[in-house]
Amino acid sequence: MNDLSTPRAVEPAAGRIEPIVLRERGQREVFCGLTGIVWLHRKMQDAFFLVVGSRTCAHLIQSAAGVMIFAEPRFATAILTDRDLAGLADAGDELDRICVTLLERRPDIATLFLVGSCPSEVIKLDLAKAAERLNARLFPRVRVHNYSGSGIETTFTQGEDNALRALVPTMPATDERQLLVVGCVADVVEDQLVRIFADLGIGPVRFLPARRARDLPPVGPGTLLLLAQPFNGETARALVARGARILQAPYPFGAEGTTAWLRAAADAWGVDTERFDAVTAPGIARARASLERARERLSGKRVFLMPDSQLEIPLARFLHRELGMSVIEVGTPYLDRQMVAAELPLLPPEATLSEGQHLERQLDRVRAAKPDLTVCGLGLANPLEAEGLTTKWSIELVFTPIHGYEQAGDLGGIFARPVERRERLKP
Amino acid sequence: MQLTLWTYEGPPHVGAMRIADSMRGVHLVLHAPQGDTYADLLFTMIDRQDRRPPVSYTTFQARDLGGDTANLVTRAVTDALERFQPQVILVGESCTAELIQDQPGSLAQGMRLPVPVVPLELPAYSKKENWGASETFYQLARTLLADRIPPPGTPRPGREGARRPRANLLGPTALAFRCRDDVTEIGILLEKMGVDVNVVAPLGASPDDIRRLPEADFNIDLYPEVSRTLATWLERQFGMPRTKVIPMGVGATRDFIAEVAGLAGLDPAVALAGELPGQASRSSSASRAPWYSRSVDSTYLTGKRVFIFADAAHAIAAARIAAEEMGFTVVGLGTFDRAFARDVREAAAKYGVEALISDDYLEVEKAIAAASPELVLGTQMERHIAKRLGIACAVISSPIHVQDVPARYSPVFGFEGANVLFDAWVHPLMMGLEEHLLQMFREDFEFHDGAAASHLPAASPAAPRPAAAVAPAPPAQAAPAPEAAVPANEPGDPQWTPDGEKELGKIPFFVRGKARRNTERFALERGIRRITVETLYDAKAHFSR
Repeated sequence: MNDLSTPRAVEPAAGRIEPIVLRERGQREVFCGLTGIVWLHRKMQDAFFLVVGSRTCAHLIQSAAGVMIFAEPRFATAILTDRDLAGLADAGDELDRICVTLLERRPDIATLFLVGSCPSEVIKLDLAKAAERLNARLFPRVRVHNYSGSGIETTFTQGEDNALRALVPTMPATDERQLLVVGCVADVVEDQLVRIFADLGIGPVRFLPARRARDLPPVGPGTLLLLAQPFNGETARALVARGARILQAPYPFGAEGTTAWLRAAADAWGVDTERFDAVTAPGIARARASLERARERLSGKRVFLMPDSQLEIPLARFLHRELGMSVIEVGTPYLDRQMVAAELPLLPPEATLSEGQHLERQLDRVRAAKPDLTVCGLGLANPLEAEGLTTKWSIELVFTPIHGYEQAGDLGGIFARPVERRERLKP
Repeated sequence: MQLTLWTYEGPPHVGAMRIADSMRGVHLVLHAPQGDTYADLLFTMIDRQDRRPPVSYTTFQARDLGGDTANLVTRAVTDALERFQPQVILVGESCTAELIQDQPGSLAQGMRLPVPVVPLELPAYSKKENWGASETFYQLARTLLADRIPPPGTPRPGREGARRPRANLLGPTALAFRCRDDVTEIGILLEKMGVDVNVVAPLGASPDDIRRLPEADFNIDLYPEVSRTLATWLERQFGMPRTKVIPMGVGATRDFIAEVAGLAGLDPAVALAGELPGQASRSSSASRAPWYSRSVDSTYLTGKRVFIFADAAHAIAAARIAAEEMGFTVVGLGTFDRAFARDVREAAAKYGVEALISDDYLEVEKAIAAASPELVLGTQMERHIAKRLGIACAVISSPIHVQDVPARYSPVFGFEGANVLFDAWVHPLMMGLEEHLLQMFREDFEFHDGAAASHLPAASPAAPRPAAAVAPAPPAQAAPAPEAAVPANEPGDPQWTPDGEKELGKIPFFVRGKARRNTERFALERGIRRITVETLYDAKAHFSR
């Protein structure tokens, strides 16, 4: 275990070599970008997401959402039918009609996202044009954005990246020096971070997305970006194009990750070490204490992470460095080196890093390695349990608050619980 | 374009997956982009399956388009054959693949594989899940039985020797409602009658079992949504008769026994010995439900208003049970499956209601709110509607959720099924004696509005409100939902006077909603603007005529 007594102990091991990346192509057991709507619409409470797609799209979202959590959700699907494909109905007219009906029902909606899908991309439905046309009609009451969540172009969490990136051009300009936190985090986490930044004297601090999509934060040359999620690369680059600068840091998972993440901002604001330590010490102490149980349970155990949410690399780092697990393989749907530049050196050198997926071959590796814990999607978890493996289904990691000091124990618990359960149940 | 919030059925390729997943020795190759693998979790999570569905996905990406997506199909088929060694390969495509027109079925057929290939046409932009399941089952059987179809006009061979009659049980699949236990229950029933089960399909069947289908004397079309197409084809091509009664409820089970006896050449009187319709005792049926329904505790079930919305077969059967075996009043009947709209309309006419044929969740919600039932029998969707409206609910059909796949044996077909349904429908309601006590002691502090039935969790069916609220709340606004779209009172609607409101508060809460609605309707129809104590009792007298 690494010495966490000084927050600076995140330097990579001397002379370490970049892990070899295994690139694979084949069947992927990963959601498409539409799935992000499930948490995006909870975060932005004035936003409505209209997928333009097929019945499959509608079925996917409701299945991923656990079916019907909300009586009338703030998302829907405009399902393409034979008439639309045959050109009997004008797609523009149809979309206008649906949007108007929808907004009449929901006067509380201030932001409408038109979300492209596989079918709408393949038939080249121009949603940008549709958004422009609708804006001419509806703005300023409603602002219409568009992005693609299609499975032929995006994996799971890239949907969030595309949605946030769609907001960037409409963000107001500012030269003010500010910290912008990029990526959806739970409201409770946002509040905690706001308090910590205030104690550190860092500010103003703004969040993308804001709780109301309409309250777009400004951006400009004085903006420093702190990325809360490793999958918002395109958004980050679009913000950089508007003058912002990225603060490189590991992601705020666990005591170490959170401290290093906060330190990146503290250094940029010239916060002295004494103050930084004073502000972060209670959080670090609580996070470490709360991780103790999970650490006892997981230390020395072996974990295999299948590709899912792009959180795999930071989480593997957390599991290894803070919970003492050894990492067999870290799968990631795609490797965005810029986004994980501060994370890669912290991975254990023996871990295999795999990009993309050939499901069957990867499962062969899982079975051969017999990990103590396999992090995988819902479609695989029960079958692998039945083969005698202990699993953690990964979608929980994007639906549960896991960022920051106060959630570190919860994050550890997510991985420790399946292992504890298997130990409790008598054969 | 069709605006959809929630969908009752998935796309047709999910129907195809249900067939493949139900069987042994069958593998489905789906030409589909990343993301479509979501459907795996329906099987592994909702149905708690301990293996992956036998499905391979080609996972094509944008960069493959215009390139060689077809090559992905042949590779996926080759890999699936080598790895899973199925006896039959189904080849289909999801909505996006349909647009790029690679014809994966024909491609696979052209590969000269050592096993039969069944190409599936699954039009994603006009058809849905049940259709996809039904079509896949039919195409699979057609392919496997192609060389066994007798020439037209061939008389069906009689039953040789003293062999017992044989039946196929057709239609049970993964992810359908209670299939696992219904098949067992109907198997027990047939065994008692002296009828052998030849093949159960698709659930648990292999391709060889499908080839043996014609060896049965007749088919039991147990889940017509899935098996009607095939059963009709077998009737036409092989001269195999099929059943038409769904054995759900005691009356329908008795009818089913008589129908099966007829098809099997057995004496129905023997098969139905011990069934004494109309008699009120524990020993009058193999099911306890008739006696339970006649025992005095059930008096309070009389005339309970029930709204039924489900797949057609379960909805129609449930309506009959509700009306004839529970003594409920059917106030709504409908289905999301247009293919069976006519059957449901006919059934609805029997109960004097207009059938609701719709797959629009909001329309169903509106209809339920308007009918103000005391019990909703529906799907997972109606469970949510009922929860939001504060109405009791039991699930009787797919789409289902994980709690509808119980660990215990709980069929809904046959005599044991009737017992299960009695319990499942009465449980969310107030037990008779308890409802009686509440009436007697309603002024008692422990029997206030918020006191729910003692066997249910703490949530009360109606949100407690002060008895003399100043402004009346909209009628159906029970469980407060942040995103509720319950119709609110129009400004011109009648207003309750404080006295009227107070009197209304003395009416037991479980009938108060109905009293409120009836009184308001009564006042509205007569142009009464202020609802007083007098209006309340005038309305009560009016509606109890």
